[in-house]
Amino acid sequence: MGNGKYGSVKSHSDPGPGDGGKTGLWRVLRPVIDLEKCIPAKTDKMACFNCWVYCPDGVITKTIQPVIDYEYCKGCGICAEECPAKAITMIEESDFKNEGE
Amino acid sequence: MHIIETGNVAAATGVKLARAQVVAAYPITPQTPLTEKLSEFVESGKMEAQYIPVESEHSALSVCIAAASTGARAFTATSSNGLLYMSEQVHWAAGARLPIVMCVANRAVGAPWNIWNDQQDSISQRDAGWIQMYASDHQHIIDKVIQAFYLAEKMKIPVMVCYDGYLLSHTYMPFEIPDEAMVDSFLPPFSPDYALDPGDPQNLNTVTLPDVRENIHGDLAPGYMEIRRSLHEDMRCAIVELGEIDKKYYEIFGRGGSPYVEAYKCDDASFIAVCLGSLSYHLRDVVDALRVEGIKMGVSGIQIYRPFPDQALVDVLKSAKGVIVLEKAISYGNQGALFADVKAALYPVKERPFVHNYILGLGGREIKTIDLYNALKDSCTASEAKVDTPRWIGLKL
Ligand code: SF4
Ligand code: SF4
Repeated sequence: MGNGKYGSVKSHSDPGPGDGGKTGLWRVLRPVIDLEKCIPAKTDKMACFNCWVYCPDGVITKTIQPVIDYEYCKGCGICAEECPAKAITMIEESDFKNEGE
Repeated sequence: MHIIETGNVAAATGVKLARAQVVAAYPITPQTPLTEKLSEFVESGKMEAQYIPVESEHSALSVCIAAASTGARAFTATSSNGLLYMSEQVHWAAGARLPIVMCVANRAVGAPWNIWNDQQDSISQRDAGWIQMYASDHQHIIDKVIQAFYLAEKMKIPVMVCYDGYLLSHTYMPFEIPDEAMVDSFLPPFSPDYALDPGDPQNLNTVTLPDVRENIHGDLAPGYMEIRRSLHEDMRCAIVELGEIDKKYYEIFGRGGSPYVEAYKCDDASFIAVCLGSLSYHLRDVVDALRVEGIKMGVSGIQIYRPFPDQALVDVLKSAKGVIVLEKAISYGNQGALFADVKAALYPVKERPFVHNYILGLGGREIKTIDLYNALKDSCTASEAKVDTPRWIGLKL
């Protein structure tokens, strides 16, 4: 009975992207940024980034063209809600089905 | 050194000798004098620990969970509704595999409001994943508290040391205080596999999905079910480890030898009473009285209830004609929880003894020796018929 390595199986891990699993699989709605409306993309200035601030999963980059990592974006829609330029639209994930993603 | 003191002081002294580093507790009758004693030890410099006052039991155990996660030896204590108030964290501490030790001075659970002794509080936490030890006297309390830290840290499973409120917590009894240096030689300082460290951040007990998944290194990480199964397997191993710990304790302190079941006159017994806590010593008088009348009675006090010492218990009970389980708790709508466990343990035995169940002492209802005597005598003589419903001792209406 037993190997003496008690408690070796527990929830304990190095932190990093993906440690919680590929959470992008949970997504029903996908946030898509319209770069024509997005302030930093439009003005070429490091401005706004409300989406980057508010995304609870930290999956949006703080770059002149903000980029969303769909591998981990859960589709909560907070970024779309917080975007002052209404540049982010939540689109049914099923609409992308045929893209072979 | 021998002293005469209360069970609560025995517990506090054990915690001090075990060099607990963090104590967080919220006072509740009948546990209160234990926490008062510990705060006195800390305040007077007799004990080098952080005493963290909290506003509730839920916080008390939360503090211990945090402390144990940083690698500190942590202790708390409670009773009754206080234990139930921390119940969420009780489960958490076990799942997180933190070796916290908690004393439970057993008390009835409201409603109606009642501060007296029974064991419904800790029995209701039976399936939380904690090891549960039950003491029958003050010597048991202090010895088990010291052993509990060892067992908890070895198994990475928290341990409850339960003792009857008032009957043990507030009564004075002589007991031996183990020598400090000897306790140090028995119980090494706590050295966790991992202690919270900003230089080496880790994820602990984050959302774990139903299925297994790869960690960031690409290795398969256990899912919830693997983690919980491991808790169960390690719990079963704790039975063996407790035997080893008991041996080691016996070598150093000269006390022990019955880590699972403390049997009194059971070797030749035809009938054996089984129970938890101080009742097993109370029943010794009844056993002696029945033996004078020629009834070969014995009594077994179960020392560890979870993990359940089924094999050790079967070894004691298997040649008896009858087993009588007496309990200060009940699984409402079914029967005494211990009764069900004893019957399950005996199931593989070919010539099974009959098993009777008595519920008694709820909410501190006085347990009269004469009532115990009559009940046991009735079970031994009147019928061997299978009575599968609990009978009650001491009901007045
Ligand atoms: S919040 Fe909207 S406008 Fe601001 S950076 Fe994000 S997408 Fe662009
Ligand atoms: S805020 Fe929500 S929807 Fe937007 S990128 Fe982050 S996770 Fe995705």
